Amino acid sequence: MALTHLQRLEAESIHILREVVAECERPVMLYSIGKDSAVMLRLAGKAFHPAPPPFPLLHVDTTWKFRDMYALRDRMARELGMELLVWHNPEAMARGINPFDHGSQLHTDLWKTQGLKQALDHHRFDAAFGGARRDEEKSRAKERVFSFRNAQHRWDPKAQRPELWNLYNARKRPGESIRVFPLSNWTELDVWLYIHQEDIPVVPLYFAKERPVVERGGTLLMVDDERFRLAPGEVPVMRKVRFRTLGCYPLSGAIPSEADSLPAIIRELLAARTSERQGRMIDFDASASMEQKKQEGYF
Amino acid sequence: MRPAADPADADIEAGLARQERKSLLRFITCGSVDDGKSTLIGRLLFEAHTLFEDQLRAVEADSRKWGTQGSDIDYALLVDGLAAEREQGITIDVAYRYFSTERRKFIVADTPGHEQYTRNMITGASTADLAVILIDARKGVLTQTRRHSHLVSLIGIRKLVLAINKMDLVDYAEPAFQRIVGQYRDFAHQIGLDDITAIPLSALKGDNILAPSPHMPWYRGPSLLGCLEAAEVEEPGRRQAPLRLPVQWVNRPNPEFRGFAGTIASGSVKPGDRVRIQPSGHTATVARVVAADGDLPVAVAGQAITLTLDGELDISRGDVISDADHPAEVAEQFSATLVWMAEAPMVPGRLYLLKIGTRTVNATISHLKYRVSVDTLERLAARTLELNEIGEVNLALDRPIAFDPYLTSREMGGFILIDRQDCNTVGAGMLRFALRRSHNIHLQALDVDKAARAALKHQRPFVLWFTGMSGAGKSTIANLVECELLAMGRHTYLLDGDNVRHGLNRDLGFTEVDRVENIRRVAEVARLMVDAGLIVITAFISPFRAERALARSLLAEGEFVEVHVDAPLGVVEQRDVKGLYKKARRGEIKNFTGIDSPYEPPLAPDLRLDTGSGRADGAAQAVIARLRELGLLD
Repeated sequence: MALTHLQRLEAESIHILREVVAECERPVMLYSIGKDSAVMLRLAGKAFHPAPPPFPLLHVDTTWKFRDMYALRDRMARELGMELLVWHNPEAMARGINPFDHGSQLHTDLWKTQGLKQALDHHRFDAAFGGARRDEEKSRAKERVFSFRNAQHRWDPKAQRPELWNLYNARKRPGESIRVFPLSNWTELDVWLYIHQEDIPVVPLYFAKERPVVERGGTLLMVDDERFRLAPGEVPVMRKVRFRTLGCYPLSGAIPSEADSLPAIIRELLAARTSERQGRMIDFDASASMEQKKQEGYF
Repeated sequence: MRPAADPADADIEAGLARQERKSLLRFITCGSVDDGKSTLIGRLLFEAHTLFEDQLRAVEADSRKWGTQGSDIDYALLVDGLAAEREQGITIDVAYRYFSTERRKFIVADTPGHEQYTRNMITGASTADLAVILIDARKGVLTQTRRHSHLVSLIGIRKLVLAINKMDLVDYAEPAFQRIVGQYRDFAHQIGLDDITAIPLSALKGDNILAPSPHMPWYRGPSLLGCLEAAEVEEPGRRQAPLRLPVQWVNRPNPEFRGFAGTIASGSVKPGDRVRIQPSGHTATVARVVAADGDLPVAVAGQAITLTLDGELDISRGDVISDADHPAEVAEQFSATLVWMAEAPMVPGRLYLLKIGTRTVNATISHLKYRVSVDTLERLAARTLELNEIGEVNLALDRPIAFDPYLTSREMGGFILIDRQDCNTVGAGMLRFALRRSHNIHLQALDVDKAARAALKHQRPFVLWFTGMSGAGKSTIANLVECELLAMGRHTYLLDGDNVRHGLNRDLGFTEVDRVENIRRVAEVARLMVDAGLIVITAFISPFRAERALARSLLAEGEFVEVHVDAPLGVVEQRDVKGLYKKARRGEIKNFTGIDSPYEPPLAPDLRLDTGSGRADGAAQAVIARLRELGLLD
């Protein structure tokens, strides 16, 4: 009996996690609380069992995540006994950067892109695990599992190291750091199947439920707390929705859905007609925008 | 067969279980720039319902801007990822694509067809189970097709799908298809590729991609997706092979637990198995196969596991845990194939880092034997390897490692080279065989060894290697020397063309390849005979320094005595005892040393005999005298 695709993906990810721990000095796992992070965290638990994962979790926070996300984050760190580091960009904090007044571009750049660089520099991490998958977006499809960043955290797509077999070259030049993507070869479907198979806790927002939403330009936004700025005459309505991806709540589009269980989500996914990034507003900022953001240091 | 069926019709959990049990096939697509490779991948994604409406809309918009298919959707734009590439209209790097059907998940390495990107194709192929080779039905087998096939063969992929694309442009005609298939099979057979499924298709129109094409009723084979779904994924035998577990990380959470984590390269392991730690050679017994969800009764190749062993052993990252009875070879010098991947050329003698399995060691290329043309497989003289060039090299490591030949195990025989200064991956290679066997593979020494056998014969075993052009007098002198040694009571054996070419090497001809192999076998036989305690005399032209160096490298220091039987070409051609030079001059014999194939004289032989004028028995006496000087005869 050949290994199943999930077994092969799991083994590959565990191999990558262990390789980084064996070859790098100060690894960290970026924890964004989404489904991909949840899978990555479970794989880390398996890779180093019975020891706890030998690195901390880092959440680069924007203060604008869904409340359900903060709740799960704190619970997971507590249950796994892992150190959880939370970083808030002090400049964004001082200026009160938010998606309503400053737009998604500046908000994302300051809180996430700059915040991530600050956190990695501050803690002197030389390798950071991220849950990005190559199927998410076209420029990701060509990114290596071990993705090098120069001292300014820039990515040079033309100077990537070839990756052969399961041999990863983790040698760094002075000042360089590595972003490592253990889930590179997973797809959205694989992630959900694995969550189902392994019974992994995820944020309840992935499951359909009656939630207060407003519709703006074809996107359904959830009114998660009192900071949401309603336009004149705009009234939140209760609709049965769920999220395919989670980020800052004012920037995450919900989809109308009846899928309130894992099997229902997977069934919905198999019948899906739109890709998961459609709900991510930052991708629409500019053509080839993700590639540009990554060259600038976005994860 | 339908991709991604709606499990609402069936029991949902059963549907999920089916999804979770799917197998995985990794393949690469290779084709030249215009063969329609990106279109094929785009089409596969589309047919497998992996393309979503928003992506399709984006591609439609892009097609209007950059497309090459008029008003049709240009699927190629879907897979050509980076913005710069989209504008240039070529794919310049390895991209990975994902799609899945009900039975199987697929990972496609999209590797470029542009000629300077050997490096990318080797990279994409290194993890592939199967290769799809695209051919434009209008053009047939091109130089690029041969190049891609050579690379596929080199990296060890044995399963091929030959996709004859653009059948719509040849009126879906069977003769066009059959002609190309015949042409390709003849060529592929020569390079060891025989497991080939040929499919006529049109990626643009969708013929034979998912379902049989109504345009080609004459074709009764599988559709492309059908073929990919049915292909066997596991290399046969990988799981039956002996256990190899490169230790990746030692897990010591507390003083009571000491686990060895790694991914099983081959074989299987269960509690109670006897294992050997390599290269040290210590043995132990497996106590547990530890997993987070509870201990496993058995683990197999491909799984990432943690083992505990009985007893306290010093094991660290880079060691290999092997089947105790069938351990890997241990060596520090290798013959290997090397693919160069950096702008700066490879420098023989320079120190690089070599990573194999989980071990990183210092390595130098001790000798570049030759470069291989990727278009023709021709062997070319070379002093260095440039970007995208492939060569056969000897490697010397600073310490012994456990390995299996690449042909047996990708995991235990594939390596990368890393530049010590800029830290880049500069080369990738495949270990072929060890040049000097380390004799400390096993902890227990063999009870009867070379010294014991030699002592019984009251002699020091060694190889007396005569080299020189045809007609120089090698066999005559060798024969006289053997007579002298026999008279002295020595145990000898003379290897020459007569007793080797007619038996052991009767499958070999006189091409350069065969001559190299001829000498390699002679060297190996000589080594065994020396191990048996004999004095071995060889008399072969052995024209290439590299092969003589190989013979020397197989033996211990001082056991190889090289004698150059030297006579000018003019003299030997005039003697022409066997009439061979005349035939060679007339072109009746090809690759004749001195005529149309070079003789590389030894630079520092242990003895040079000038036989241009001298008598043979004087030469034999000179040899005996030299052997006494070297302390090999008392």
